[in-house]
Amino acid sequence: MNETAKKNVFPWGTLVRYILLLASLTLVLIPVYVLFVTSFKTSADADPSRTWMLPQLWDATNWGRAWDTLYPSLINSLSLVIPSSIISAMLGSMNGFVLSKWRFPGANIVFTLILFGMFLPYQAVMIPLMNLVTNAGIGFGIPTLIMMHVVFGIPITTLIFRNYYETIPGELIEAARVDGAGMLRTYFSVVLPISIPSFVVVLIWQFTSAWNDFLFALFFGGSKDPVVTVALNNLAHGSIMADYGASMAGALIASIPTLLVYIALGKYFVGGLMSGSVKG
Amino acid sequence: MAKKTKAVSSKSKISSWGPGLLLISPSIILVGVFVYGMIGANIITSMKDTHTAAQVSGRKPSDFVGFSNFGKLFADPDFQHSLINLLLFTVVFLVGTLLIGFLWAWLLDRPIKGEGIFRSIFMFPMAISFVASGVVWRWLLNPAKGETASGLNRLFQQVGLGFLQNSWTQNITFGVVAIALPAIWQLSGYVMALFLAGFRGIPDELREAARVDGATEWQLYKQIIFPQLAPIALSAVIIIGHMSLKSFDLIMSITDQRTYSTKVPAIDMFNAMTDNDYSNAAAIGTILLVIVAIFVVPYLIHDSKESAKR
Repeated sequence: MNETAKKNVFPWGTLVRYILLLASLTLVLIPVYVLFVTSFKTSADADPSRTWMLPQLWDATNWGRAWDTLYPSLINSLSLVIPSSIISAMLGSMNGFVLSKWRFPGANIVFTLILFGMFLPYQAVMIPLMNLVTNAGIGFGIPTLIMMHVVFGIPITTLIFRNYYETIPGELIEAARVDGAGMLRTYFSVVLPISIPSFVVVLIWQFTSAWNDFLFALFFGGSKDPVVTVALNNLAHGSIMADYGASMAGALIASIPTLLVYIALGKYFVGGLMSGSVKG
Repeated sequence: MAKKTKAVSSKSKISSWGPGLLLISPSIILVGVFVYGMIGANIITSMKDTHTAAQVSGRKPSDFVGFSNFGKLFADPDFQHSLINLLLFTVVFLVGTLLIGFLWAWLLDRPIKGEGIFRSIFMFPMAISFVASGVVWRWLLNPAKGETASGLNRLFQQVGLGFLQNSWTQNITFGVVAIALPAIWQLSGYVMALFLAGFRGIPDELREAARVDGATEWQLYKQIIFPQLAPIALSAVIIIGHMSLKSFDLIMSITDQRTYSTKVPAIDMFNAMTDNDYSNAAAIGTILLVIVAIFVVPYLIHDSKESAKR
């Protein structure tokens, strides 16, 4: 086929791509449709034969019930997520700086050892953690969860910052060193001011993973003040008859913060995801 | 070259690198204690006979029993079922996300209108917790059929695919595969993003050169694009694979910890712990760690060698 013929032909390829993309889009959005529609249905409207239809009348009772149940846990989650992501980001930034720009002998090995923590199946440390929390008087609750998220966030936050700092020209650091700046001054006056993009990525990452965490929350959150994932799971599994309307409204409520972050800062969100693949 | 020697000489003095080590030492200690120390403590517990609440609280002593907990676990049909479930789940999860992720990346690689919207929507499920998505998937995977069917089974009836109706998570052998569907739904966008970055990293000249040489589209993929994407596919396998081994949230929210058909080792570990069988819980944790380590450690070592070369 020569070039001119190629140009005049109907773009079948593009058409097929659109069909496949739109079909995928529909499949991906099916659960969203179900969440929305079901959350606005009254129990009278929830007959199996009508499950895929729009509500006969849009009713917000489920939303009210879900909100009343989840509201305290939303506050708990916020009080967990905000401090833990800020502390994680600060630690990660310092670690990343040292491991890329103020290296010490063995820094590579230390980095690899830290990185392994990213892949650690937490089941392999749960029993000793449980012993520590129950026997050392640490106790269950939000402060314990903050500690867990900070500690187990070190690998990924260190990785993201290190990868970012690797792209800073070494001359910048050397120049500060030659001017007699010590490590902390170099960090605060040269490195920190240009770290904002990485801070955004790390804060989003830690915010999302702490908000969405269920495992640590279930083991160490205690039953008194559950975080939102635990409260939602209780709501969805609570009664003998599954209360789908309220749990779907609850699922939407519980997802709003992370979805807002995703919509507003999508570029940085993806940045965090990509750094998770080790290679920067 | 000259710069490098200077950097090396300044690195050799402790006064120069000491402060760095000091700054990072809190993290080294935390990771040392909470990752490696805890792994060690967990292995020790897994080799004891702490199976009762009295032993957990220290009112009764525990004895060292070596590997016998592991032997009993592997001989237990219940735990074998969990391991097989884990394998099934991982294979379906991996194949599903890789195929769909690749397809989407391939569809979006060349310029197309609305690319940003497609990409954002394909990736949004990543932002949602497994617990929240479990709520809706539990409904979609409702096992009722016929008159009382809802969820996907009802949809299948309505679009004339009634033969596809099935009992989803209640199937003893393949129930766990039903759990892989939401997992694929959530993570395919991520794999797409990885592959898309890979596609975009292939220089156009490389494709052009191959075309000029008269390569067919298939040869182009086989000889240029696939080899370039191989490292990305490996990253995706490692990340999805280790997530799969840790799968817990999704199963807890779609079924629960007592559902036999969908249980995996992470669920067994939770049950053993709540039953105060700490040694078995620790043994299951150790088994998961070994499985993860088998394929993550070579990858990490390879990666650190690569970055040392750079």
